[in-house]
Amino acid sequence: MNANFSTFARAALYVVAGLGCLGNSPSATSASPMSNALPKSGSTYASAEIRALQADDASNPGMLWVADGQALWNEVAGSQAKSCAQCHVVAATSMKGVATRYPQIDKHATVPTLINLEGRVNFCRIRHQAAPTLAYESPALLALTAYVTHQSRGLVRRLTIDDESRAYLQRGAALYQQRMGQMNLACTHCHDQNAGKTLLAEKISEGHPNGYPIYRLEWQGVGSLHRRFRSCFAGVRAEPFAPGSDEYLALELYLALRAVGLAVETPAVRR
Amino acid sequence: MKNSNHLRISLSENAERMGAVGVTLLALAGCAAPARPNAPASPPDAITTPGDPSRGRDVVMGRDGNCLLCHAIPETGARFMGDLGPPLAGAGARLSAAQLRMRLIDPQRSNPDTIMPAYARIDGLTRVGKAWRGKPILGAQQIEDVVAYLGTLR
Ligand code: HEC
Ligand code: HEC
Ligand code: HEC
Repeated sequence: MNANFSTFARAALYVVAGLGCLGNSPSATSASPMSNALPKSGSTYASAEIRALQADDASNPGMLWVADGQALWNEVAGSQAKSCAQCHVVAATSMKGVATRYPQIDKHATVPTLINLEGRVNFCRIRHQAAPTLAYESPALLALTAYVTHQSRGLVRRLTIDDESRAYLQRGAALYQQRMGQMNLACTHCHDQNAGKTLLAEKISEGHPNGYPIYRLEWQGVGSLHRRFRSCFAGVRAEPFAPGSDEYLALELYLALRAVGLAVETPAVRR
Repeated sequence: MKNSNHLRISLSENAERMGAVGVTLLALAGCAAPARPNAPASPPDAITTPGDPSRGRDVVMGRDGNCLLCHAIPETGARFMGDLGPPLAGAGARLSAAQLRMRLIDPQRSNPDTIMPAYARIDGLTRVGKAWRGKPILGAQQIEDVVAYLGTLR
């Protein structure tokens, strides 16, 4: 199974590269993200203490957000006074594997638009609960996405790239290779070329999204993948994009491709 | 673009003595924005004084230079030091002041794919955060101070 996924990932990366997308970027002289090795989860780069914290549900602080998400799942909201549970019943079955398929093209949008799990939950809030959308990084959206993603823990990511998502994928790949900020570094410089090395005090991982939303000690809380992007943009002194922006969604899709073969670990723990 | 011409002129001067002049040219061209935001035409202000190693050490270890992100410098005794670049112990013995200066101003000259930032650069960057836009990471005097400090690492 793993071998198939990694072969697929590599083939798909060739497709991206073959379309000239990587080659057009001014900083694309770096090695392509492909390697013969399977991707390694960020957890494998974390310290033994952090890994132990993540591995034990009773001590993993992220599980508090998952529990909050479960409570919200059962709570009625909006003018329809409906709960998620009234329609989706038992999350352990209805939401199992769902997170492994996001981001994806939104079937409901009139023009092809990429939607991630945050967007999908908000879609149900509006369409099915007649409730206002939940803001990015709001405790409720973090809790619900952590809860829904947690139902896929241990499952491997799936990804279908079609004509409609390919443009996003190319954009994400280009952003990933683009030097930016006052420090003039691209994602690839740290997460491909220097994974395993230490940046001041932090071991650099391959930058995979498979543990999100994560509990980060530095945040004293759970945060989304887009919040992590913000940290990395700030790290190179670049102007961040808005959470939920097309640019971050494109990056999220490209990271999903790089991570094909990795199992979901939500909620992961990081320093 | 004007600035990068100055940069090229200053860097093509190989003599150690000329390096400092080059940096001064940069400052004259308005590159050293934080210290002199709108002063391309105020020569007395822009002339750098000889580098001061102890000030340079502060720049290297502090948030301005942030060199320890990527380099170990055992002499500092710092608790956290990165290893994306080589340790800088002995850098002052291996490299001349002019080479050290060039390293800081235009590291892509010796390695086009380098990850080390160009500390005097303001041109050709993408999406620089608002707080840093139009400013080099280090001013001309700070670069002289860092060169002086690196020179003491023997
Ligand atoms: C009134 C019924 C209803 C409510 C309430 C509701 N949903 Fe949905 N939800 C649906 C339907 C119907 C779909 C499938 C729609 C489609 O894609 O055609 C769906 C799809 C989803 C999906 C995507 C599933 C997939 O396979 O891609 C997620 C995730 C989701 N809902 C989460 C939630 C959450 C979280 C809540 C509560 C905040 C919620 N939903 C509330 C009806 C509801
Ligand atoms: C200067 C080096 C650097 C650059 C450039 C950089 N990052 Fe990071 N990134 C880090 C460090 C350090 C961490 C925290 C340690 C870790 O998990 O890798 C991190 C963490 C991450 C993580 C979380 C991984 C995990 O397992 O929790 C993701 C995802 C990520 N980065 C994506 C990106 C993206 C996308 C870009 C480009 C927009 C980028 N990074 C640019 C240094 C960098
Ligand atoms: C983002 C990582 C990074 C940062 C930050 C950084 N460097 Fe470097 N530096 C490198 C790398 C990598 C090299 C190795 C040569 C190359 O690839 O360009 C290097 C090489 C050097 C060298 C040449 C060493 C030798 O023995 O040849 C010197 C001197 C140096 N850096 C000084 C500094 C100073 C001073 C600072 C802070 C003002 C600094 N660097 C900040 C990554 C960095």
